[in-house]
Amino acid sequence: MFLTGNHAAAYGARLSRPKVIAAYPITPQSPIYEKLSEWDGKGELGGRMMRVESEHSAMAACISASLTGVRTFTATASQGLVLMHELLHFASGMRAPVVMVNVNRALGSPWSFWSEQTDSLSQRDTGWLQFYVADNQEALDTVIQAYKIAETISLPAIVVLEAFYTSHFMEPVEVPDQNKVDGFLPPFEPPFKLDPNHPAGFCQTVTQNEYKKFRLNRQIAMENAVEVVESVDKEYEEQFGRGYGLFETYRLEDAEIVLVTAGTIGSTARVTIDGLREKGKKVGMLRIRLFRPFPKAKLVESLRHAKKIAVIDRNISLGQEGIFCEELKSVLYSRVRDIPVFGFVLGLGGTNVGPSHIEKVFSMTEKMEQAPIHPIIELEGENVSGT
Amino acid sequence: MSLAHDDRDNLYPGHLGCPGCGEVIGLKLVLQAVGKQAIAVVIPGCIGIVIGPYPFSTFKIPFFHAAFETAAATAAGISNALLAKGDEETIVVALAGDGGTADIGIQSLSGAADRDENIIYCCFDNEAYMNTGIQVSSATPQLAWTMTTPLGKPGRKKNMVEIMAAHHIPYVATACSCFPDDLRRKITEAKQIKGTKYIHILSPCPTGWRFPERLTPNIGRLAVETKYFPLYEIRNGREVRITHKPKDLPVEDYLSAQGRFKHLTKDDLDRIKKEIDRNWDELKRREDQSSHS
Repeated sequence: MFLTGNHAAAYGARLSRPKVIAAYPITPQSPIYEKLSEWDGKGELGGRMMRVESEHSAMAACISASLTGVRTFTATASQGLVLMHELLHFASGMRAPVVMVNVNRALGSPWSFWSEQTDSLSQRDTGWLQFYVADNQEALDTVIQAYKIAETISLPAIVVLEAFYTSHFMEPVEVPDQNKVDGFLPPFEPPFKLDPNHPAGFCQTVTQNEYKKFRLNRQIAMENAVEVVESVDKEYEEQFGRGYGLFETYRLEDAEIVLVTAGTIGSTARVTIDGLREKGKKVGMLRIRLFRPFPKAKLVESLRHAKKIAVIDRNISLGQEGIFCEELKSVLYSRVRDIPVFGFVLGLGGTNVGPSHIEKVFSMTEKMEQAPIHPIIELEGENVSGT
Repeated sequence: MSLAHDDRDNLYPGHLGCPGCGEVIGLKLVLQAVGKQAIAVVIPGCIGIVIGPYPFSTFKIPFFHAAFETAAATAAGISNALLAKGDEETIVVALAGDGGTADIGIQSLSGAADRDENIIYCCFDNEAYMNTGIQVSSATPQLAWTMTTPLGKPGRKKNMVEIMAAHHIPYVATACSCFPDDLRRKITEAKQIKGTKYIHILSPCPTGWRFPERLTPNIGRLAVETKYFPLYEIRNGREVRITHKPKDLPVEDYLSAQGRFKHLTKDDLDRIKKEIDRNWDELKRREDQSSHS
């Protein structure tokens, strides 16, 4: 089928048979909500649709429905995601495997509708798994995978698309057969649920030591999740012919300069790298897909032979640098400390990052001996936005 | 009328409420009427403390202690999950305070009422943030002292009952923990009705209202018998019925028994009396209208 990323994600959700969907409109996510409502209207959704009055309530309803023992789904973007922030901690604390699609959109202020990853990256410490996808097929497949992973480890998961680049552009997408998805994803059977026949208290007040134990258990679950993500992806690949790995590598084998990025910049980088390779440049790419848990050991393994690394971030932690860059440095430090990592903050507010920008990133990285302390947010005097 | 522990109870003996807590009496009565086939949502507030810390609990029914502003949305999520599983039996009851209802939770409550979610929402109104130590809420009555209104609250008490009735949900009622039969009947009534049911329960608070703990039943009775807090119900946003005929005792009896009103002047008292009369006349008029339509 020829689908937008939003509709591909909606298909991924419907095929996973959620029983409660709670949503609230926000650009550029609304087409997911509308598509699910359209199916609901035709009696094709298979679950109950809650048209709530805010994203905060959407997440509240997803958490409690999940704790009552049913599979849940919601979708949001930007302001909606940060409004949910408080409850994201509750979802992971309650070990409720809610699956959510977030379409990256720049945060106010000022108002903007375009792509930027700062909304989801600023949820990094909430205990949710985070997947960044590069195209519409990956969006659909990752939603289905996310349910299996989240329910295996009892933690919630966000699948992240990008405003307009993935959410609204149409691409050919293979929509798998429902029976096949049913074979892959068994019904949700949580070990504990709100049930009058087995009364229990959920989310009570605890002592300092008990809190510490709950917290550490979540960290252990997160660390173990890397293996689960890998095995579920492998299983998916065997059954559906498509796998994505923990991250994507492109022409990395003998690459001396490695570009690291996430989302749609990754697909632009592939094309750029092909061009640079033709000119004899030894360059490759690593596209981050699983960001939480961060697959530290595997990342080090894949990057340890690089001579230089350039990270392109469509996000920024104000007063520091691009968040993927910062995270990657922390992974490499104390393991392979001698690879200089160059941070480029490009494409903020949805400004275009085209092949020419990526070529410049490459040539600057090639020329520079040492990585500067501050991130590079201008390319040779030209504003990153390409204006 | 005995309130001794019996088989109907969904609270184990022992809780963490203050001595003389009017809210715990109301909670006991609500849960008795709700029954065993139920799931409760509690939020921060006195009830969040009353239930006790992990791994202990005074509740016999399952409960989820959710985020402050989410009582209604959380209850609605449970209700939808039950319906999705084909369970139409289990009652979902949200147990919130006045801060969690009239202030921080009013958005999610209004949303749930607008969608007519199948829940019973109980607001235990002790007229301030008592769990955090007596700070003013929008349900605090005009002129009442709190730690954050040392000169008395300037504005009026927010009328949650009428706000909820304006949503035209099937059932809205006021109740008081000091009128046990009336309260239990209203919950039993609410159980029979599909959709959103809102019960606003005045819960005398010796700690925050500044009266001796042994007086809790008297204070609640006085609130009702002075017409300060009438007991009534509203069906479908229109049909008003007064469920207890007040004895029309002087409101001074109610106010002077509480430290939070001790600074009131004669002018203040006159103003309060006028307002009580106006409100009562209006309520009677609406009741008459309902019975004639």
